[in-house]
Order: sequence, then C-alpha cells, then structure tokens
Amino acid sequence: MDRLLFGDNQFFGVNHMSEEKARAQAMRFQDIEAIQSVLDDAYDEGVTTFMCTTHDRIAEVTAHVRANPQRYPDQKFFPCMPYAHKYANAMTEDGPIGAIRRFLPDGGILDAAMRGGMSLAKKDIEGVTTLLIDAEMKMFEGLSTPVIFLQNVVVDLLLGMGFLDAFATFAEHVRTRYHAEPGFITMNTPMLLDALDKVGLVNPIVCSNINKLGFRMSGGVEGYLQALEKRPFRAIAMSVFASGAIRPAEAIEWICAQPNIESIVFGASSRAHIAATRDEVKKYW
Amino acid sequence: MIRVGVVGMGKMGLSHLSIFRAHPQVELAGICDSNSYLLSVLGKYTGIPTYSSYETMLAKAELDAVVIATPSALHAPMVRTALDRGLHVFCEKPFCLDPAVSEELAALAEAKDLVTAVGYHYRFVGTFAEIKRLLDAGAIGEVTLAQAEAFGPVVLKRQGTTWRSKKQLGGGSLYDYAAHPLNLLNWYLGSPNWVGGTVLQPVFSSETDDQVAGTLRFDSGATGQISVNWSDESERKMSTKITLWGTKGRIHADRQELQVYLREEGPTGYRKGWTVKYTTELTKEVWFYLRGEEYSAQADDFITRIAEHHTDGVNSFTAATATDQTLAMLVADAESPTKPRGGLRRLIGR
Repeated sequence: MDRLLFGDNQFFGVNHMSEEKARAQAMRFQDIEAIQSVLDDAYDEGVTTFMCTTHDRIAEVTAHVRANPQRYPDQKFFPCMPYAHKYANAMTEDGPIGAIRRFLPDGGILDAAMRGGMSLAKKDIEGVTTLLIDAEMKMFEGLSTPVIFLQNVVVDLLLGMGFLDAFATFAEHVRTRYHAEPGFITMNTPMLLDALDKVGLVNPIVCSNINKLGFRMSGGVEGYLQALEKRPFRAIAMSVFASGAIRPAEAIEWICAQPNIESIVFGASSRAHIAATRDEVKKYW
Repeated sequence: MIRVGVVGMGKMGLSHLSIFRAHPQVELAGICDSNSYLLSVLGKYTGIPTYSSYETMLAKAELDAVVIATPSALHAPMVRTALDRGLHVFCEKPFCLDPAVSEELAALAEAKDLVTAVGYHYRFVGTFAEIKRLLDAGAIGEVTLAQAEAFGPVVLKRQGTTWRSKKQLGGGSLYDYAAHPLNLLNWYLGSPNWVGGTVLQPVFSSETDDQVAGTLRFDSGATGQISVNWSDESERKMSTKITLWGTKGRIHADRQELQVYLREEGPTGYRKGWTVKYTTELTKEVWFYLRGEEYSAQADDFITRIAEHHTDGVNSFTAATATDQTLAMLVADAESPTKPRGGLRRLIGR
C-alpha cells in the first residue's frame, strides 16, 4: 500500500464538523468533472490510490479512468463497500430482508432461500453476501483494486452482534474472486482485532480513526496505541485531523510518530492542500 | 451481568442488538422476531438464543431487561407484558400511540420501581445536550421562538411495503421523524398548551404523511414551529436542526455544530457575540461506536441506571409521554375541522 491514500468524503457531502460545509462541498462537486479534476491533481502530485465508497457516482470516475488508461497508468482504487446510507434508507422503508432484496441482481434467490428454511442458511448467507459484493464491484471492472474494504457501519454492526463469520466470508470472496486483500474499516479497532483473530484472519488491513484527540477511537487512545505497538495488523489511519479540530502540521507530526502505521488516508479539495499534506508527511516518513 | 433480550430485528433492533451485546455489563440472552428466516440466520451466526414468540422469550430467557424495537403500535402491549414481569424496559420511539396508555405505563413502571428508557437518542447528542445546559443556565434569557426541523431521504417514491407506511401501525413522518425534534422541544420548553395550523401531508405515500408543519405554544410564552419532510433527497441522511431565539441571544444546532449568539457574556466558554462549538469538542467518548456516539450513550445510560438502581432518566417513559401527548395534539389538530375562532382569540389574548 502507498503511504498516502486519497479519500472521498469531501466529494459526497460528508463533513463531520459542519452540515453547511458538507452542503457547500456537495454543490461544488456535483459535476463529475469537478471531482475528476481534484483526482487528477492528486494523481499528478503522486497520490495515485483512491480509497472510495461504492457510491453510484464513483461509477463515472471509474468509467473515465477505464477509458483513459494512458493518462492513469498507476491509478489504483481501494473500494469501500457498501455505500451504507443506500441500505440504511432502504431498510427504513423495506426492512432488512427487503433492503437486501432490493440490491440483489435477482431478488428471486433470496425468496428461494427463505422458502428453503433453516437448513440452507449457511450456503444462502454466503451466496447472498458474494452476490452483494459482486454488485458493488461491478463499477471497478478492469481496474486495479488491490485492497477491498468493508465499511465501518457494516463491520461494527457485525462486530457488536458477534456475527464474526461474515468477516471470513468477505475475506475469502475478495481474495478468490478479485485477488485482492480484504480490508476492514472500524471505529473499534482493539475489539475488531480480537474478532479477526478469532476467525483466523492474520495480519489484517484495518482502517480506523487515529488522531491526537482520540476522536471516534472507541477503546480509547491508550488501547489504540497498545494495539499499534503490540498487535500484528496493517494499520491505515483516517480522520488524522479529527475533522479539522487539530492543526494539520501538528496532526501529521503526531501520526507519523506512532508505530506501525502503514498508510494515511486523507481528503482534500485543492491541489495546494494535497501537495501540502504530501510534503508535510515527507518530513517524517 | 445484566441479561437483556431484544425484540424486533429491524434497522433499530439490529443496531440495538449490536450495541447492547458489545456492552461489557450485558449478557445478550435472547432475540425475538416474527421473520423466522432472519431469526434463524442470526441465531446460527451469533449463537444468541432465538424466540419466535415474545411471551416465550420473557418466560424462558431469564431476562433482567428487554429492548423493544417492534412497529410502534406493538409497543404498548409489549411494554405492559414486560413491566408485569418486573423487567426494566428500553422501548424505541415513539413510546405509545395513545398518550393515555403512555401515562398509565409510565405510572406502572414507577410503581414497580423499574428503569425505563425510550430511544430518543438526540438527547444524547453533544450539541443538543449542550443546548439544554445553556437554557438551564439562562444563557439566551427567555425563549420566545423555537424552530424544530428534520429532513431526510426516506420516502422518495410511490411505494413502501413495511409498517412504516401504515398509519395505524405508527408509520409516517410524524411518528418517525417529527417525534425527534418535538422530543427536543419538550426537553427545552416543556409540553405545549396549544397547537395549531398542523398539516400532516403525504408527498409520495398513499396511506400516511411524508411531511409535517405546525405551530406550538408553550406555558413559558414561547412559540414553536415544527417543519419536517422525509422525502428530501438533498439530505444524505436524517438531519435534525433546532433554532431558539431568546431575549438575550440565539442558539442554532444540528448534530455536528452548535452556533450561539449572546448579547452579553455567557457561561464559561461562551463570550458575548458568536461562539461555535463542534461535536468533536462536545461529544463524550463511548466504549463502542456504531452509527453515532448517541446510540451507545443511551444504551450505556440505560444499563448503568439498572446497575445503580436509578429510575430517573433523561429519556424515561415519563419524559417520552410528554412527546406522545404532543404528537397526539398535533394529530387531533390536523384532523379537526376548521377551528373555532373564539378559541384562537382567547389564546392570543392570554
């Protein structure tokens, strides 16, 4: 993995500080050209991995990159699935089973499974999971996706419930079908590492908030630092600026001083900011 | 360990299941749902005992507490059964569709000394809790006007197959969305003594409302306005906003950001003029995070109150009953024919 990964929150109106700012960003990036232009800047500044949700609009980005292989020879994507709000809103309207049925290419398989009853459960679950993964991966066809992530809402939901086999199912499918490494995004790193251990996922890629403030680091800063120190996993730090609550230089100096962090994922809306972050990180790494 | 059962494996039930099971003081002792397929999958993969009958779960699972996340119309009978068995109860919002029943159940729980909670999680959001603190400190003086809003993308086309699209089951944007900002108004300003101009209106739904507008008057003299629409695609997820105007300033908040304007020096940390605070500063860390700190904080509050025998809580049945009453007032107002002029004049002259 590259040391710096480019994130996509800024493109989709996600801002953990201000709804007004989020809306302004959604307006600014409503044309795909505006998104592509920032991605071009990132690429040209040497940040060539785009870690992105499987939001419908990403399909326009991937289509563009697919059509211009000579412009983006080193472009890599780290898809993060699913785009959770799509499911959450569908669940409010249709319930959990209805929501899953809505996003399956063929809802019939679920109906057949439900008619089949309990004895089919394991096979069905795997079948449905892999179909859902394939549906989300369609937009990345023919592109480089060396790491594929499960989003934190799903990871943490399963983690809390103790539905741990799903992590192994996800990992297995991502490895065999896409020859990619599975990654897990979480807000609960110490607890997740125990769970991944239990299902035999060795040295997993785990992406989580790691920042000086301890913002959204459940298990506490101490728990995270101990995990970084002692546990075998490949850590990606996100939210290193704690949504802007920490000054960039201070945030980067701190994060680069922590042990065993393999990559940082960050978002930016201008070439100057991308270059500044890259240069700041270069001072330490 | 506190033995907890969860009934209703919809969006909120699954979320509660995850959060409560992750709680260090909880033993998740049973789950219950009417969908046998979903239940069998959950049972098989989580190892939690499953029950297709609520009564059987209460009889067999040796519970201390139950989390009820079923369609709203089922809350009242399920809460009653649980209280009769001496269980502490966490119920999803809205509490009961008939406020007379809400009152009765709140009294029953109190008589039995049981811990109760209703899932009005916005009271555990840092920014909205800070508003309460500021109002209690008198920071903006006397509140004269309040605007409570919620917008989001739930019903965006003509369809809907679940109970949420059925009015009789407690579906619709009034119970689902408006209940939250109204519950905050109840917290800040108390119960309204009058509501008027209520319009519950469908946008896409055939059987229920997708938007809510209405005016509320409070004993304190404050006027509130509620404005809700869950057919708003411009929002990525539910967005709740509160704005309060007072004699000494103004407060505006959503779940991320608090903007305060004070005409004079305020409590510590609030200067004359503008002060802006963010969720990063106002939110307390939780032991487990899923979807938002507030969901974990409300679960932890419930469990901690059980462990420490505190029946009083910020989102107890009694607090939620005020919101059920407010919701019922809005429904009655929306359904009433043209209001008599005299009544309105009397209020204005009050």
